[in-house]
Amino acid sequence: MSVDVSMGIKRTLTVPGCFESLAAIADFIAETGLDAGFDQDTIFHVQMAVDEACSNVIEHAYDWQEPGKINLQCDCQGQEWVVVIHDTGTPFDPALVPEPNLNASLEDIKTGGLGLYFMRQLMDQVEFTFDAEKGNKLRMIKREV
Amino acid sequence: MEVGITNYKRCSLVDVSGRIDSNTAPEFEASLQKLIKNGIHNIVVEASGVEFISSAGLRSLLSSVKACKKEGGTLVLATPSKRVVEVMDLAGLNSLFTVYDDVTAAVGSF
Repeated sequence: MSVDVSMGIKRTLTVPGCFESLAAIADFIAETGLDAGFDQDTIFHVQMAVDEACSNVIEHAYDWQEPGKINLQCDCQGQEWVVVIHDTGTPFDPALVPEPNLNASLEDIKTGGLGLYFMRQLMDQVEFTFDAEKGNKLRMIKREV
Repeated sequence: MEVGITNYKRCSLVDVSGRIDSNTAPEFEASLQKLIKNGIHNIVVEASGVEFISSAGLRSLLSSVKACKKEGGTLVLATPSKRVVEVMDLAGLNSLFTVYDDVTAAVGSF
């Protein structure tokens, strides 16, 4: 079966905000990427960035006792893949997240902020918006070279 | 994620496969910590079957290698998958781990 990707591909997924959802999120990203014709490396980079972002939502934005939902939207047009992740948890200030000190020795290394660091390394654009009524939105763009 | 453990005379071989993410990393780390608590401080992690590792997985490896070294041992990686190598490169953590291309060599290094 051939897939006509000339019109682009739009997919959406809503999952419970818990770590058990991460595998389903990865599958969603992989299927979307394959259907849109992206290569395996690009798909892996988007999977990594989305996993880190969703893990942060689950761990920091939501209360584990009453987690909310995470909504993911993919919009693939040509060589560009836009992922928007929406949650209704506690917002945060990305500017306050420390950069990991990856050049440190084993004893001194601090890995706080490693997830956000990966997102910024792997994606071409990472943009947070926070709205008290509409919730938190993370928009990331990956452009396949 | 699946973890298999083989105990040798001077080390234990931990064969891990699947995804090491925020959901499975605690179980992975617990399996390593159990070995360390039981007096096994030389560990080989065979990672050829790891299809995905996130920052949570890297943290598990880091905390475990620290724990081994604190007891006078170490944790080494054997045959890491392409994706494990890529993520460790991205994090710049290669200098903190000894990596072997061959499991026999890794086990034999102890």
